[in-house]
Amino acid sequence: MREIILKTPGDFAEWRDAARALLAAEVPPEQVVWRQAGESASLFSDDAPLVPGRTVALPRALVTTLDRVICHRDANVPTRLYTIAWRALGDRRLLERRTDNDVDWLAKSDKAIRRDLHKMHAFVRFRRLGGEDAERESFVAWFEPEHRIVRLAAPFFRKRFYGMDWAILTPDARAIWQDETLSFGPGGTRDEVPDSDVVEEQWRMYYGSIFNPARVKIAAMRAEMPKKYWHNLPEAQDIGPLLAGAGARVERMRETAVQLANPRSDKWRVRGEMEAPIAGETATLEELARSLQTCTRCPIHCNATQAVPGEGKAGARIMLVGEQPGDREDLEGRPFVGPAGQLLDEALAEAGLDRAQLYITNAVKHFKFEPRGKRRLHQNPSTGEIDICRWWLDQERALVRPDIIVSLGGSALRGLTGKSASIASVRGKPMTLEGGERLVATVHPSFLLRLPDRQRAAAERAAFIADLAAARKLALNAT
Amino acid sequence: MSEKPILQKLGVLADAAKYDASCASSGTIKRDSTGTKGIGSTGGMGICHSYAPDGRCISLLKILLTNFCIYDCRFCINRASSNVPRARFNPEEVVRLTLDFYKRNYIEGLFLSSGIIRSEDYTMEQLVEVARLLREEHRFGGYIHLKTIAGASPELIARAGLYADRLSTNVELPTEAGLKSFAPEKTSATIRKTMAGVRVGLDDAAEAARGRLLKKAKPPRFAPAGQSTQMIVGADGAKDDDILQSATSLYSGYKLRRVYYSAYSPIPDASSDLPPVRPPLIREHRLYQADWLLRFYGFSRGEIMEGAEGGMLDLTIDPKLAWALQRREAFPVDINRAPREMLLRVPGLGTKAVERIIATRRLGAVRLGDLAKLTASVKKVLPFITTPDWRPGGLTDSENLRARFAPPPEQMSLAL
Repeated sequence: MREIILKTPGDFAEWRDAARALLAAEVPPEQVVWRQAGESASLFSDDAPLVPGRTVALPRALVTTLDRVICHRDANVPTRLYTIAWRALGDRRLLERRTDNDVDWLAKSDKAIRRDLHKMHAFVRFRRLGGEDAERESFVAWFEPEHRIVRLAAPFFRKRFYGMDWAILTPDARAIWQDETLSFGPGGTRDEVPDSDVVEEQWRMYYGSIFNPARVKIAAMRAEMPKKYWHNLPEAQDIGPLLAGAGARVERMRETAVQLANPRSDKWRVRGEMEAPIAGETATLEELARSLQTCTRCPIHCNATQAVPGEGKAGARIMLVGEQPGDREDLEGRPFVGPAGQLLDEALAEAGLDRAQLYITNAVKHFKFEPRGKRRLHQNPSTGEIDICRWWLDQERALVRPDIIVSLGGSALRGLTGKSASIASVRGKPMTLEGGERLVATVHPSFLLRLPDRQRAAAERAAFIADLAAARKLALNAT
Repeated sequence: MSEKPILQKLGVLADAAKYDASCASSGTIKRDSTGTKGIGSTGGMGICHSYAPDGRCISLLKILLTNFCIYDCRFCINRASSNVPRARFNPEEVVRLTLDFYKRNYIEGLFLSSGIIRSEDYTMEQLVEVARLLREEHRFGGYIHLKTIAGASPELIARAGLYADRLSTNVELPTEAGLKSFAPEKTSATIRKTMAGVRVGLDDAAEAARGRLLKKAKPPRFAPAGQSTQMIVGADGAKDDDILQSATSLYSGYKLRRVYYSAYSPIPDASSDLPPVRPPLIREHRLYQADWLLRFYGFSRGEIMEGAEGGMLDLTIDPKLAWALQRREAFPVDINRAPREMLLRVPGLGTKAVERIIATRRLGAVRLGDLAKLTASVKKVLPFITTPDWRPGGLTDSENLRARFAPPPEQMSLAL
């Protein structure tokens, strides 16, 4: 039998050094007795030097877990950890065997440690030492963790409270952060910590005020903040009184429900009415854009962010009409700013057109989509929706008075002509619209984005640019 | 007007903030004060520093800058016509409180909201100023959640995103009609436009991060914990279906991290057409479960509503179980063979349990006796699964299956 005496319970380095020597000497778990300092030693222990027979390499994930679980207060922990380490030497996938009894025990113990750590991060309450005028503020806390976790918890507090001095005292050990150095010392007592703090009154006021007496749920509170922590939490002394008064507070609310309108609110009612929008005929594009925001003519508006008005000056010679805003257009409130817009910009440049000189708009002003997880999938507007929205397009046409209108895609064609014609049937044959504008029909740039075949995409792109160039030529001839 | 002492103001302005559901400090980047030698750190999961007797955690100092408000939303305690006591902090006072509380480890950071005073922009500027003071003057590295004021200018939203970890804009009520009748001065268009502004900020920051030439030249961050929103449940007539529809649309449109559902809770000095005392806490809970199914379990809204009746989720059993009871032909599933998507649909198996099952079955068949080590709720799972040594037989189709799970009708108690 090998006997190992651990001087500091919870010290991973000490256990690890002992375990490593034993593993290297191939001492099986049944041959080792782990004892705490102070326990009486066995008379029959074998203290011949250990002879390393093999190299010891454990998976990293296992070592970090062992480092945590050694802090567990259960006296059997050093023994069980050695058994697991021993088994892991022969089975590299041991940790994955979640249904193995040893691994299950390890996972549960690790969870207990991590929970204890989490609670320590949450429930330590610092109290301030010394007066207001101290150069560097210093604080001290008393805490009673379930396990010996001060060593594991201290780095969190160092990173969080770098700019002040602090000490956390527990019955087993203390952690001290002073002059940018972290050190550990022996356990302490509650008396070493001041029994109040100037800010505690404010904190308790906050705690009481943020509690909603109409939704009392004590079990939920106790599940997360077990009673064993309460005696060190300054706010916990208020739990009883708060609960005791909750019923009466709710009752008072019921009684004071106002039956009559409060005269103070009338003052503000006016404000709401003044800003009520007026929809109807408009004299300028700016007015049109404003009244467009109030459009509820078809149901698409319900989920869209905003209506997207056309962009450009009245009197532009060429007007471009697309289908409807896409995701990005909907967010920004501007037409053709998404991927299709980028493609359009490039094509316009190649066709010798300047976007700033054009009027660009859509046949439908709101974005129609289908929510799919974190995305919005574009949905084609129905002919009904296009026809309803034509009311706005007609007004834009009347205000802009272009010579040439370029329809991008089928929806635009429908919006302009009121008929559902195929693009192929009208493409390359400029015709005259009812208002006297010449119509150049072409595809929508997003059609080009969707073509998978490179060769075809290049050809379609060239045709698209040619259509835009034809519109430019028509506009030149019209002057 | 005489100045109230801080303690009194804190009482008024924390009380006014208690109806806001969110108190999360999660989802942001890792940050600590080693480099700045200041105070404060954030990690992935956030920490609840205390719990109020209403069961909700206290993670952040959740307060209003002021509860004066020029709006008159009927469900809101701070509406212009409410007779509550009013108070106003100045930015320095909020900064002081946040730091004092933080240094004593009471909180993870600040969640600052405000009633609307003077104008949307003026109010938003004040909120941003608090965050700026904390970050720039005090090297504060803790969590900051700012409530954006719907209708504030995009420049202010952009500045808020530089200091805050999370931004949120409340949609308040799930339907447009509800908003119109309860919050006449707010429009869903303004709210959505503000959310869109935040999303554009998030997208642009992500784009800038991807497009940078040097790994070390980090572009400024924009609200790394993303944006969230809150809906009030049970104040108006909206059905659960409407609520989930609104939520899916918001998730997809504005890349929200979370939608918070807040059971309408009676407020002092309430207007008389609002529902009286008991907040629909179970309904709120079912909505959160349904929301989870949408985001982590691959359910669509339509599927969740299969287990519902008249557009309302079943209050007695959870929505996944309700769905499974409607779809018994899909069960039982073989724990050792079923694909992940199907395991996620087994009532009682959560995402963690499913991952464990998948990892374990690679090393050998999972048997009934193993299940207790992989999931906490073996009893609930039994009618829906098979293992080499377990078949539910007629249990899956038995008529009283629902009754096995439905709890006794008692809902909750007020006593300790």
